[in-house]
Amino acid sequence: MTDRAAEGLDLPPDATQEVPYRGGCFAAKPLGLVAPVVFLGLIALWELGSQTGVIGSLVLPAPSAAFAAFLQLIETGNLWKHLGASLQRLIVGWTAGTLLGIAVGLAIGLFSLARAGLLPLVSAIFPIPKIALLPLFIIWFGIGEGSKIATILFGTFFPTVIATYGGVDAVDRTLIRMGQSFGLSWRSIVLKIVVPGALPAILSGFRISASIAIVLLVAAEMIGAEFGVGAYILLAGSFMATDQLIAGVALLSVMGLTMAWLIGKAERYFLRWRL
Amino acid sequence: MDLQLSNLSHSYGDLEVLQGIDLTVRSGEIVCIIGPSGCGKSTLLRFVGGLERPTGGQVLQLGTPPAHSLNPLTYIFQDFALLPWRTVEGNISLALEDHRLGSAETAVIIDDVLRRTKLTEFRRAFPRQLSGGMKQRVAIARALSVSPAVLLMDEPLSALDSQTRELLMEDLIDLWARERFGACYVTHNLAEAVRLGHRIVVLSRRPGRIHEIVEIDMPLEQRASRLAELESHQTRLWELMRDEARAADLELTDD
Repeated sequence: MTDRAAEGLDLPPDATQEVPYRGGCFAAKPLGLVAPVVFLGLIALWELGSQTGVIGSLVLPAPSAAFAAFLQLIETGNLWKHLGASLQRLIVGWTAGTLLGIAVGLAIGLFSLARAGLLPLVSAIFPIPKIALLPLFIIWFGIGEGSKIATILFGTFFPTVIATYGGVDAVDRTLIRMGQSFGLSWRSIVLKIVVPGALPAILSGFRISASIAIVLLVAAEMIGAEFGVGAYILLAGSFMATDQLIAGVALLSVMGLTMAWLIGKAERYFLRWRL
Repeated sequence: MDLQLSNLSHSYGDLEVLQGIDLTVRSGEIVCIIGPSGCGKSTLLRFVGGLERPTGGQVLQLGTPPAHSLNPLTYIFQDFALLPWRTVEGNISLALEDHRLGSAETAVIIDDVLRRTKLTEFRRAFPRQLSGGMKQRVAIARALSVSPAVLLMDEPLSALDSQTRELLMEDLIDLWARERFGACYVTHNLAEAVRLGHRIVVLSRRPGRIHEIVEIDMPLEQRASRLAELESHQTRLWELMRDEARAADLELTDD
């Protein structure tokens, strides 16, 4: 009751009062500077903690030490060996998995026979962590590049299939009916209506498959690789060289961010009609 | 080319939605189909253009369509059905691409229909940039580009506000005056029906049967200025429909 009194409800009946504003609050505001400030602030705190000895150098190396390890990686030329090997596996595996995934996803979305035959299979294999199959892949494709690429390929294939056929299912039926009403050929309806209509879903599937690909890349490289960011991290870990380990992990983060940025670019280009 | 519906009926399982529809759409004539909601008028229109198959009866084309007609039976949809990833001219060319006319002829047709629907300056706009009325104009332009013999319009103005509806109605009458296309125009709006229909078919509630056919013998071009005379037709149509509409409104629907 005291609240009501404070809000002026005991004012005389003819009092004039502005209607109180009750909107707002839940809309997100763009605050461009906050992200770099938080990021740099955390690093600065971390560095400070390491310099003063609050954080032990074995527990967590200073950011400067990790950066020095990274510079050393550049100087020795090993950066390009590791990064080159990793990127090659990532690009080949992800591209092949994605292309196959789109093809199978379209088939499932378009043909009842493919849906009936393949969808249960996809649903059964999708939840298996592909890294569990790596030993099998090593037997099938050899200890070299084949097994690593196959792991990434399988890992990206299934989420792409699911994103693609989901996208095809979600294409506005009235648009397809429109295509039929103008006598468009089956091929035209697929290429001009179904595929562009499924593209937003396919592209958001890319975001998921790209991060899965990086996880599998590191896992595969940790099991048997001479070069690669995963192998570098594993080696650093076994020598307790945590500064190198942090440098390697930061490299993975940059790889992930770069892929997300590229996919964002692709989305802005292919989906510019959506804006 | 005339269209003849003979003894058309349709049911979904046990549910009968249309029953014994006999109707002829003569060339150059606009036939409006009205009826209470759920009476199957949109379904009927899908049968007319061959987008769905009725369980009984048939739709016949009497005579051959004009040689220049690329798609004799062409739809205009309530929700416009424009591809959001194509511009205005891209949406129109979609209807032409499969006919392999050559780029020069395609360009001529697109220019022509854009001019006729007053869309020339919006040719590179995407659908999201256009108002509802403009989007429907694009759909009309796309339909005109294939020179239809009969236009099949499924509540084309129902998604628009009343001012836009009035403007587009005038545009449609102008276009009809020049092209003299035949049309089957499904609507629930009696004012549209009396403004655009040479004949108005009143369907009963489910199962939809032809309740009555009202003929309005007044040139379309004069109707905007003789609304008072149309009023009596509209009242009569409403009297025909009122009880059906009330009964339809009280029905439970499962779809």
